[in-house]
Parts: sequence; structure tokens; C-alpha cells
Amino acid sequence: MLKIAKEKLGGLYGEISASMPLWLPVKKAGEVNYAPYKEDAEVSLETLKTVKSPKDLFFPQSEEMMRFKTEGKNIEIIDVRTEKQPFVLFGVKGCDFRAFDVLDNVFLDEPVDTYYKERREAATVVTLACSRPEESCFCKVFGIDATAPGGDVTTWLDEKYLYWQPNTRKGEALTEKVKGLFEEGGESEVEAQREKTKEIVDKLPFSALNLSRFKPENLNELFDLPVWQSLSEACLGCGACTFVCPTCQCFDIRDFRTNDGIIRFRCWDSCMYSDFTQMAAANSRTTQMQRYRQRFMHKLVYYPARYNGVYSCVGCGRCVNKCPQHLNIVKVVKTIGGEKHD
Amino acid sequence: MRDVELKMKERAAALLKSGEVARVIGWKKGEFYFDPSPASFETEEELSEFVYNGFCGANLSKYLIAASKKPGKTAVFLKPCDTYSFNQLVKEHRVARENILVIGVECQGKLDIEKIRRKGVTGVTEVEEEKDGVEVTSLYGTDKFPREEILLEKCLCCKGKKFMVADETIVLHEMPETKNDRFAGVEKLEKMTAEERFAFWQKELSKCIRCNACRNVCPACSCVKCVFDNPASGIAAKANDTSFEEQMFHIIRAFHVAGRCTDCGECSRVCPQHIPLHLLNRKFIKDMDTLYGEFQAGETADGKTPLTEYTEGDAEPKDAFKAEGQNA
Repeated sequence: MLKIAKEKLGGLYGEISASMPLWLPVKKAGEVNYAPYKEDAEVSLETLKTVKSPKDLFFPQSEEMMRFKTEGKNIEIIDVRTEKQPFVLFGVKGCDFRAFDVLDNVFLDEPVDTYYKERREAATVVTLACSRPEESCFCKVFGIDATAPGGDVTTWLDEKYLYWQPNTRKGEALTEKVKGLFEEGGESEVEAQREKTKEIVDKLPFSALNLSRFKPENLNELFDLPVWQSLSEACLGCGACTFVCPTCQCFDIRDFRTNDGIIRFRCWDSCMYSDFTQMAAANSRTTQMQRYRQRFMHKLVYYPARYNGVYSCVGCGRCVNKCPQHLNIVKVVKTIGGEKHD
Repeated sequence: MRDVELKMKERAAALLKSGEVARVIGWKKGEFYFDPSPASFETEEELSEFVYNGFCGANLSKYLIAASKKPGKTAVFLKPCDTYSFNQLVKEHRVARENILVIGVECQGKLDIEKIRRKGVTGVTEVEEEKDGVEVTSLYGTDKFPREEILLEKCLCCKGKKFMVADETIVLHEMPETKNDRFAGVEKLEKMTAEERFAFWQKELSKCIRCNACRNVCPACSCVKCVFDNPASGIAAKANDTSFEEQMFHIIRAFHVAGRCTDCGECSRVCPQHIPLHLLNRKFIKDMDTLYGEFQAGETADGKTPLTEYTEGDAEPKDAFKAEGQNA
């Protein structure tokens, strides 16, 4: 294991970003989100939850897929793709890192989404262990160990040092480039921090959520529950939960006509929106209750049915913090999943 | 505050029991003390989850658009500031007044869990309200804060303790009155150069994730189908054209609600990126006050508004607009 003093982190960021873009949590106008490192960037590794998750780096909120120009009956397709450019994604927490597995199942399944795949391959992911979980965290429910998140390199941060442990060949290649900045050591400090954090994780209010009723064979029973009506009644139909979610993966593809040809772009969609699943003939979900139910049935029943029982929630708790009216997946699980809402 | 909650619960139970109303709209307890949700109660049993505390900041008036179309009467608990939104919705024929029983409820200023988190107190599991402050228990210890330090942004410029409309009220204690100047933030922006102001808004608005929470919570945004949701409109962009396109959405929205926005502050309360959207609305309010005389949307449920009435004394465009972008 290697370690670097906290005050030298600027040097580490500088060294990495000299050879390729380095994305990490940066504070801008009061909020912390992933952004490319610049010398004047206000990096905030201490922030537990960035507002948006790092899924943007592989599956951007909006991306240009191609451009066309038409002249008479001719169409010229212009390649605008840049996904192969290598980059480093730094500071990813255990929940957000597991979310990449959830997205991989969808985008790397046949037919492979090459935009996503190329970005995944181009990235070196450096994770950061959690040491100060919050009340809305429940990654443990999904078997995630926030104290050893994995990735190409795992790091831990304490008052004095950042500890660095490469796990893969990509991680070792990155380590090779910056090794001069590090010194050896840190095993016992990391072990002590992990033990302490695990004690807190065990005490978290949502750590014992009971998901036992959410299984594919209960699909019809759960779908027809009348309680969806009251669970969804305060829902505003905004997309805050879906846009801060690290695993939401629905998108829309549209063509945009400019004065200079046509841009085909892909952008996130939200099952909370009224035109979600709008088709030529009609919309299969016409009420907010149906859209709300879709979100949770997808995460807890449909997705596991398709991908070997894996839930498409990682317990990051962003929806718990960000829903304007405090509706969230925890309420759904507590009401339906077995444990009674007291 | 507990006594107020108890009184509200009793009144709701009596109304449901007598059949006077078919439902009561209030707040329901969440997972913690600080995360109640708006809810509709149709039976006395359901009221076991009823809650009213310092974190019931949500403005319930917009839910009445749907509720007033349902069979039977709906009772609703409105704080003084929420009654402005209610009047405005009645004025715009969005809510059928005769189907609603308005119960005005006492408010001591509502609290913001985010402000507690921003003080570095994370992992909050419990909040205990005392008269002048709160005691916060987190996974990492306990802290105390005076109420004024953790008030919702909108409560820093409270519209006062008067209900603009109420069929009955539940007020057991004196309500505080704010002395803050609601246009101070706008004036600070007005004093900036155009370049500084542009940089300020670019920084703030480029955080926007187009989740539409501000629009969907806004009582003035009551269009059945928003133009930005209508694929046939040609501007239903879910993606941004440039990194600063969000300005168009927010500025268009601010124009659309001008003269109708009561300054209820819900837009800023719900923004996941904490964009100070209320400053856009307050700029419009301030300019209208200057150009057309003081006006507060939602004070009444009838009458004309500055932007829907023509008088010979109306400001001319040349008076309203100066080249530097400084109005009035």
C-alpha cells in the first residue's frame, strides 16, 4: 500500500491531469459534482454524496451521437465520436462504483452500446472508501462494502493521508506514473478506519431493510397492490430522483435540426415524465401512479428478473435526500417489502 | 408545536367523522422527524400518521387543483404564506373555491435540514424542536442551533402572520414577524456589472439538471401540459443545446409566472442543486412594484393584476428598459 500526505494531493491531481483528463468531485456555486480537474478547481473529496452520480462519465445526461447533412437524396454522416480518449475518474464511492455493474448489465448486453463500452474501456476508476456514512445510506442492504469499494485503484482518506492500493493492471499503470509522489505504508491505519466505519454502517437506520418480498415470482401481486396509489399521491412528477440516481438508465434519442445539418443526440429520460413511453398511438402509462410504480418495480422486480436477481438500487440514498416531497425507495420498501411502516 | 399538531389532528378527525369533508390534505410522517410528505387523509385511522412540525415547509395549495375536482369537499391546512398561492389558484380558475375548506395553521417559520447539513452536521437521525432552537442528534454527536440559522430561505422573508384566506384557523401561539428585506438579494445583483451578473447566473444555472422540480412544485406553473413537455412544440428539449441553455428555460419560466408568482419560495426549496431561483422571481416583483406600484400576487382571489390591466399611467418601454440592462 502507498500513501500521500493530504497537502500534496494538488500535486497528484496535477500529475495525473497532465497526461489525461482527471474527473473528480469539485465544488461549483456551492454544490459538489464530478468535473474535470483544473488548477483552480475546489476539489472536495470529503463530500460523501455528489449531487449527480458519476454515471455521467459513461452515460452522459446528453451526448451527441452523430451529425448528418442532406443534399437532395444524399445523406452524409459525420463522425463526432470521442469516447476512446482515456481518462481517470477519481473519488468514486462504493455505491456509485457498484452502480457501474448495474449499468454494464444493460449497456454491455447484446446489442452492445458501443458509446458506453468505449468510455468504460477508456476509464481508469479510482474509488474512495467511505468513512463518514450518513443516515440516508443503505448500501449494506445490497451487499456493498463501502470501506473497500474496489475499482482499478482503491483509496482511503483520513485526516493526514490518502492511502492508495492498485487492484488491476490499469490501476498499476496509473500508479507507475505517479509513484514518485507516494511513500510506502498505511495498512494499519486503513484497517482501523475500516473497522470504525463498519461499526457506523451497522448502526445506520436503513441498514436492515427487508427486500424479501421483491422477487420476480411476486411480480403480478406487487404490481396490483392498491398501496401504490397512496405511496405516489404526493409525487410531483419531477425527475429529481431519476437524474440523481446512479443506476437509472432510461434514455431518449432525438434529432435536432440546426442551420447546418442535423444532430442526433441521446439524453436521459425519466419515467416520472408525462411523455415517458409516449408512442405513436398512445402512452402506456397515463397516470403519475403508473409512472411511479414503474420506477420502483423496475429497480426491485423487473431488473432482478432480467439480471439474475440483482437489484438496480445501490442504496446511495440520493433520492432520500433530494425528493422535494420526501418520497423515496425506502418508503416503498418499508411499506411493501415486509417491514411494516410504523 | 405539538399542541398545534394535536388540535389539527382533532379537527381533521371531526371533519372526516361528520362527513363534512371527504378528505383532508396535510402532512404525513416520514422516516425521520425532518422529512414529512404532503398527504391526503380519507379516514380517521389514516390520521395516525398525521404530522405537523417545523419541517412542514411544503406548500400544499397546488395539490388542490386535483383535489377540488374530486367528489366531496377537501379540507386543507395552509400556512399564512400558502394562502397567497391558494388565492392565486382560485383567481386563475384552477381550484374550485367552493369545494375547499381552508384551515389556516400557525407557523413559526419552517426549517431546512439542508442548512443543518451545510453546517457540517451530517448523518442527522433526530431533531428536537425547542422554543427558540433545535437540538440535532446525528450519528456523530449532538448540536444545537437557533431557529433563525436554519430557517428555509423562503422563511427569511416571511410575508407575515396574516391569512389572506381562511374559513377557520388554528393559531395557539404568537407568530414571529420577519424584519428582513426581501429585495436585498436582488439589489446586490443589480449593483453588479452586466458581466458579473452574467457570470453569476451562468455559474448557478449551469448546475441545472433539468429535473423540472422547480416547475412542478410551482403553484403558478399550473398548465395542464407544459410547452417544455410537449413533443409537438418543437422546444421540448430534454437535452441542452449549449452548456448554458438552462438560462432559457428558467428565464422563460420566470417571465411566464411574472405577476402571478406569490414568492412562495418553493422553487428554491426543492432545487436539488440549490440554485437561488427565487431571485429571478423577486427581480420581476421588484420591477413591477417600481413601474406599476406595489402589488402582491395572491392577496385577493379577484381583481386585475399589473400585467393584465391597461392604464394610461402604465410605464412606457423606454422608461422600463435602460441599455445597461438596469431596469427602473
